Amino acid sequence: MSTVQPLVDVRGLKQYFQVKSGMLNKLALKAVDGVSFTIDKGETLGLVGESGCGKTTVGRSLLHLYKPTAGEVYFDGKRVTEKNIDSFRKDMQIVFQDPYSSLNPRMTVSDIIGEPLDIHKLYSSRRERSEKIAELLTLVGLNSEHATRYAHEFSGGQRQRIGIARALAVNPQFIVCDEPVSALDVSIQAQIINTFEELQEKLGIAYLFIAHDLLVVQHMSRRIAVMYLGKIVEIGNADDVINEPVHPYTESLISAIPMPDPEMARHKNRIILEGDVPSPLHMPKGCPFRTRCRYATAECAESCPELKDVGEGRKVACHKR
Amino acid sequence: MSNEPILQVRNLHTTFNTDAGVVNAVNGISFNLDKGKVLGIVGESGSGKSVSAYSIMRILTDTGRVTEGEVLFKGENILNYTKQQMHEFRGGRISMIFQDPMTCLNPVFSVGSQLREAIRIHTDRSKAEVQARALEMLQLVGVNEPQKRLKQYPHELSGGMRQRVMIAMALACEPDILIADEPTTALDVTIQAQILELMQSLQKKLGMAIIMITHDLGVIADMCDEIIVMYAGRVCERGTADEIFYNPRHEYTKGLIRSIPHLIKRDEAAKGQNGAQVRREKLVPIPGTPVDLLNLPKGCAFASRCENAMKICLSEPPQEVWVNDFHIAACWNNVKKMMAEEADKKDGDIK
Repeated sequence: MSTVQPLVDVRGLKQYFQVKSGMLNKLALKAVDGVSFTIDKGETLGLVGESGCGKTTVGRSLLHLYKPTAGEVYFDGKRVTEKNIDSFRKDMQIVFQDPYSSLNPRMTVSDIIGEPLDIHKLYSSRRERSEKIAELLTLVGLNSEHATRYAHEFSGGQRQRIGIARALAVNPQFIVCDEPVSALDVSIQAQIINTFEELQEKLGIAYLFIAHDLLVVQHMSRRIAVMYLGKIVEIGNADDVINEPVHPYTESLISAIPMPDPEMARHKNRIILEGDVPSPLHMPKGCPFRTRCRYATAECAESCPELKDVGEGRKVACHKR
Repeated sequence: MSNEPILQVRNLHTTFNTDAGVVNAVNGISFNLDKGKVLGIVGESGSGKSVSAYSIMRILTDTGRVTEGEVLFKGENILNYTKQQMHEFRGGRISMIFQDPMTCLNPVFSVGSQLREAIRIHTDRSKAEVQARALEMLQLVGVNEPQKRLKQYPHELSGGMRQRVMIAMALACEPDILIADEPTTALDVTIQAQILELMQSLQKKLGMAIIMITHDLGVIADMCDEIIVMYAGRVCERGTADEIFYNPRHEYTKGLIRSIPHLIKRDEAAKGQNGAQVRREKLVPIPGTPVDLLNLPKGCAFASRCENAMKICLSEPPQEVWVNDFHIAACWNNVKKMMAEEADKKDGDIK
C-alpha cells in the first residue's frame, strides 16, 4: 500500500494456551494461529468475529498482556519484546469491554486515572497531577468534580469514559479498544463512539477496534479484518468488505446482521450457517470454516488456505475465491 | 369474535418496594396483541419492557406488585386468577423464553427430563407419549441428534442449542402466546440469525402470537409486525414497523434511530483521496442519562433529555394520540405538529 511505515505491524502472531484434557493429556488451544496485519498512524482497523474466534486474544497478546507463543510485533519500526514492553506501555494502551469489572472499586477516579501518571512519572508536582486528571476528565466529557468519587457512583457509559481517560493519561499513539461499547445501551453507545472519533481527530490516535457489531465497526473503521477460529479470513477496506464480502464466512456473517430497517429486512437474503463454531481444541483439518461452508469441496479438507491478495488492498483466505 | 385481540393490557402499573423507596417500573401501559402477530417491545435497560412481561406472566419478585390495571386474555382478567389457575395458564396458554438459556435451564436435570416435565404438567399423556412428544419438539426446533440430546445436560450444549431447547420447552404445550425476553442478546450474529429464522418459521407453522422484547432495533425490524417503544415505564409510541421506523413521532424514537449506525452502502461511501480515512456522518447520541425511576418527573419522563422539549413537556405527561390508523404517539411535539397540519389543511380549505 503506502510506503509510509505502519505504526503497528503484527507478523504471524500466535497465541496457544495449554489446556488439560484428562489426567496426563495436554492439548494446545490455538486461540490465535498466525495473524498478520498493520495499522497506520491515526487509522482505525476494525476486528470482527464471533465469540471464541480469538479477537480479544489478538488485542491482548499484541500488547504482551499474554506472552505470545510466536510472531513479532513492531511498533513504529521497533520490535516489541517481553523485555522492552514496559517502554512501549506509554504508547500502547487498552480500553476494556466491561466498565464494571475493569475499574478498581476501592480507588477514586483520580487514583484510577492518576495511576498511569504515577507509574510513568508524568508530573512534577501534586498540583500538576490533579490538573492533568481534571484535563483528562474534561477531554472524555466528564466533570473535573467527578475526580473524588468512586467508580460505583457512575453509570455504565460514564465508567467507560473513566476507562478511556485512564488509557489516554499517558498520551498513547495507539489504543486497543476491546468491545468498548457492547455493554452499553444504544443511546449511550453513540455517545462513546463519538468520543472515540473526536479523540482520534484531535489527538491522531490509531485504534484496533474489536467488536462483534458489524454496523458499529463499519462506522468506526477504515479497514476491517474478519476472524474465524484464530485466523484472519478476510481483510480490506471497510465499505468493500461489508458491501461485497468475498469470503463465504464474511458473506454469511454480513447477511446475518439484523438491519434496523424494515424495508431492508423484508428483501434480505439471509444465508443461515449450519451448526456451531467447532471447538478450537479440535479444529477441522484444512480450512477451519469448511465444516459450515456451502462451497466446501475435497480440496478444502486437505490444506488450509493462505491469505491471498485479490486486489484493491483486499486479502482473502479461501480456496474457492 | 375472531377479530378480538388475544391479549389486552390496560393501564398496567407495576412498582417495586426497595430500601431506597418505591421504584415505578411500569407506569400505565396499554396495548393489544392480535392473534398470530409479532409485537415488539423496544427500549433501553430500565425502560420497563421486561417488567411488563413479568407482570403479564405474574412472575414478579416478592418486592414487585401490580398496583393498577388489567391484563385480559381472551377477555378474562388474569390478574384475578388464583395460584392454581395461573399454574395452568403459564406454560399452557402463554410461555416465556429468557435471555440467558444457561441460567434458565436446570443444570442438574437432563434436557429430556426438563422437557418431559413441561409436557406432563399441562397434558394427560402416557409416559411413552410424553417421551415421543419431547423428541418431536426437539426435532421441531432443529436440534441435531435429538435422541442423544434428551440424555444430555444443559452444560453439554452450546448457547444456540440451549436456546433451541428453551424454545422447545416453551412451545411443547402449544401456547397461544410466546413472550421472548431478549432471546438472542447472548448469542453470536450467525447463531442469532438461526434462532430468529427458527422463531419466524415456528410462528408461521403454529400460528401463535409473539411478544418480542429487545433493545436491538435490528431484531425488531426483522421480526415484528407492530412495535411499542418504551421509556421510563411508559409507551412512547406504538405502531406498525414501517410507521415506527419511517414516520417516528416521539422524540425518543427519533433519537434512538439516529443514534445507531446504519449500513453504509458502497455508493454512499464517498472514497477519500488516496484511501485517506473517510469520515462517516456522525451519530447523533441522545444526551444525558436515563431517568431515575425513584423520582419520576411530573411531565414527560424524556423531557430532560429531549432537545425539543417545550414548557408543557415539563408540567404535564403527554397523552397518547392517534397519528393515523396504525400509529399512536405520546409526545407533545407530535401534538403540536398535528395541530399545525390541521391548521394548514383548514387554511387550504378556506382558500
